Amino acid sequence: MAAEGGMSLVVKTVTRWLKGLIFLFGMYIMIYGHLTPGGGFAGGVICASAFILITLAYGAPEAYRHLPRGAAEKLDSFGALTFLIIALLGLWFAGVFFRNFIGTSPESHFRLTSAGVIVPCNLAIGLKVLSSLFLVFVMLSALHIIVSGEGRRRIERRRHTP
Amino acid sequence: MIVELTAGLILLMIAGALVAIETRNLLSAVVSVGAVGYLLSVAFLFLGAPDIAITQIVVEILCLVILIRATISRDLTSISGDRELIGLLASLALLLVVTVVVILTAAYFPEFGAAVMDRVAGAPSRTYLLDGLEKTGAANSVTAVLLDFRAYDTLGEATVLFCSILGALTVLRRRARKKPEEDA
Amino acid sequence: MIYALCLVLVGIGLYGVLAKKNVVKIVIGLMIMEYGIHLLLILIGYRRNGAFPIMQPGQDPGAYASVAVDPLPQALVLTSIVISLGVLALLVALCLRLYEKYGTFDISEMRRLRG
Repeated sequence: MAAEGGMSLVVKTVTRWLKGLIFLFGMYIMIYGHLTPGGGFAGGVICASAFILITLAYGAPEAYRHLPRGAAEKLDSFGALTFLIIALLGLWFAGVFFRNFIGTSPESHFRLTSAGVIVPCNLAIGLKVLSSLFLVFVMLSALHIIVSGEGRRRIERRRHTP
Repeated sequence: MIVELTAGLILLMIAGALVAIETRNLLSAVVSVGAVGYLLSVAFLFLGAPDIAITQIVVEILCLVILIRATISRDLTSISGDRELIGLLASLALLLVVTVVVILTAAYFPEFGAAVMDRVAGAPSRTYLLDGLEKTGAANSVTAVLLDFRAYDTLGEATVLFCSILGALTVLRRRARKKPEEDA
Repeated sequence: MIYALCLVLVGIGLYGVLAKKNVVKIVIGLMIMEYGIHLLLILIGYRRNGAFPIMQPGQDPGAYASVAVDPLPQALVLTSIVISLGVLALLVALCLRLYEKYGTFDISEMRRLRG
């Protein structure tokens, strides 16, 4: 199918159907982390696994088409900085580092808006984990081809010299 | 009942770990360690930790994919045997020391099922459970601890993750940049 | 004694780290040690017949605090799991670079090649 190789047509079709659903589930885990099991880390890793599925099925160029390398690096820094800035805003507005400056009220309990800064914190951590794991995986799989090619060449040279 | 169940799961995990350490084929070792991780996830689920179970199962998938990507189609000629005699003796001596320390410490472990907050008056966990919803608005107490009561831990953890990912990217990138100079 | 079984798991991992020649086997041993430590921490935080630490709507905080398991070890283990994933990525990157340099995963072979 694609010129880049990758896996068979069945895997590619299933990936095309599943990638959005996996990403959606990861975002759900991330956003509702304060009400249901899950949180920024689990959601971030699930979202990253959607991109890793694309990398495995189609190859790295297609994955970079979904999330370009520069965007991933910027998203990584953006997530970490957002988390830090939310902490500093707590220092600015409420006088204590990491203070929940939005606050909570009893009538908003068990709603999405109940937890103040926890939801943006979860989102920031999720974005950070997503982009950094995606970057590392794509770098590792890129090196895989180079190294195994070189290693095989070395072994073959040793064995088939005549 | 939960004790027997958990003990059975841990026995299965020990079997998987022994296979993972002792098998000669690298691919089956990686698959066995994946089995150990999934059993650990099931154990977390029975021990009342759905947060950890979700995270563990997802992280295990990622670990497995990274390890298989890294090790498959390398030289699968099995590297058998142990290290040289002195190293083996040193490791056995260290294992012996660790075992003795564990046996000596075992008397101080609490009884299974007796949580810290039941034994110690004024334990912080009781405060987290009692005031978590009122103070943070998060119904999930683990998230409340993670992002409100102990957010410094999370900040440090994000820093460690950032540093390790940065280190991995640096280790992988330097090679590619150095390559043309070596050829020249 | 259920804690001892966890420590057996840690011991198996330690044996793998100390006595194996293959670099990937050493990484696997480290992973097994981490599993044992995580399980030990969660077991220490478990409360007999405990419920998971998520409050249901309409539940009284006092009643909730008397049934739920300890959330503090769970939060710390969650942190530790993610850190172990980062460490694994770093270790695998180092393993690949060693393979690139020496063409083998065997550490005694690497020592011999170095001279």
